[in-house]
Amino acid sequence: MSNVLAKVLSRQVLLAFRRPAAVLNPLVFVGVVVLMMPLGLGPERDVLGEFSPGLMWITALLASLLSVETLFRGDYDDGTLEQLVTSGHSLYFASMGYLLSHWCVAGIPLILCSGLFASMLSMPTEGIAPLMASLFAGTLVLSAFGTLGASITVALRRGGMLLSLLLLPLEVPVLILGAGVVDRAIGGMPIADLLSVMMGLAMLALALAPIAIAASIRISLEV
Amino acid sequence: MAWTWFHRLGSPPWIYGFSGRLLRFLLPLTLMLLVVGSVWGLAFTPPDFRQGNSYRIIYIHVPVSVVSLAGYYVMAIAGAVSLIWRMKVADIAMRVAAPIGAGLTFLALVTGSIWGKPTWGTWWVWDARITSMVVLLFLYLGVYALYEAYDNKALASKACAILALVGTVNIPIIYKSVDWWYSLHQPASIKFTGGTTIDPSMLYPLLLMIVAVYALYVCLILLGLRAALLESESKTKWVQQEVMEQ
Repeated sequence: MSNVLAKVLSRQVLLAFRRPAAVLNPLVFVGVVVLMMPLGLGPERDVLGEFSPGLMWITALLASLLSVETLFRGDYDDGTLEQLVTSGHSLYFASMGYLLSHWCVAGIPLILCSGLFASMLSMPTEGIAPLMASLFAGTLVLSAFGTLGASITVALRRGGMLLSLLLLPLEVPVLILGAGVVDRAIGGMPIADLLSVMMGLAMLALALAPIAIAASIRISLEV
Repeated sequence: MAWTWFHRLGSPPWIYGFSGRLLRFLLPLTLMLLVVGSVWGLAFTPPDFRQGNSYRIIYIHVPVSVVSLAGYYVMAIAGAVSLIWRMKVADIAMRVAAPIGAGLTFLALVTGSIWGKPTWGTWWVWDARITSMVVLLFLYLGVYALYEAYDNKALASKACAILALVGTVNIPIIYKSVDWWYSLHQPASIKFTGGTTIDPSMLYPLLLMIVAVYALYVCLILLGLRAALLESESKTKWVQQEVMEQ
């Protein structure tokens, strides 16, 4: 019943693009954080360039954290989630639809704009394509954890702070590998092996996270 | 027939009575092990030829580190049992394990930091093992905070079980990635005593302390379990009888 995946995905993406703020807010957030970096660290191009892989990845982590919080909010409040569970469709594929919709709405625009933000942080040009490649795999993992976190906290009225405590420790490997890929590329080292590890993690997360998300949705509906 | 012991594990009154009988001899035994182990380790082992007496903190540091790592798996297995068999006792064991595990992890970090000052000359180093322990601390705190955030405690346990299981899948990946991260940024000044061996005269009290802290962990879990059982079953007849007898 992967039909329900396509339906959830297209509905969520349509809803997001009907309300452009949903797509633009994470990007504006990243832009503002990028502005804070030279103000806090100083404008020296060497300093910024050296830290830019880590800064970009930490920003991506925070952006995904903030954008995921409201993923289920509307559907939980108006009963859509309940209808989805009682409809008899596979909740596994519906969860995968939510996961992919978050990636399409928050992940892909960030990947596309990351080159711009990275150059503003004076990242060396040889790091930019690897940054986009690592974000491609990494944001998928972030969306998987994020959707899980959102589904487990949707019934709680004060989920925001809790969400960061739940998600950031789990997302440590993505941060390390993602920043590592870019660091290596800038240093002129091969990155294919690391990228395949990241892609493998992304596939693992895509396959396994919906099991946990579906279980969490059922729990949240019982509250 | 072979499964009756398993069904009994799911019965709160049976667990309450059994853990009471178990604690009656486990608590004194733990106390004895802790006293013997720490006195032996702290007073009767030879000083290290390089670190002098400061190494003696391993008799606290190593046991709590070992048990705090194992504790996450205890919590996750209890969570899996409660999700699969809907066992109320496993639910309670899992949520009791979270703060105890967090406490042990915190103790491991504090003792490690105290040990670091005389040996490395600094309180804190972002070493691979320390960093992994910090992540572990936050994983524990996440489970605990999630539990506290739910008003309905039965659902809280289920949500925590899912989170603990996701954490379990992720822990090996976190450890591997932190190890790899550390190998990238290897600082030159600090050398770890990875290759050195430990003399039996120092090893035996250490092993004894590890056993003692494991026993202490079991005692703490059982004590927490008993208190939580009384609280969650306070409306039932057996709890009222139990309280009347006291």
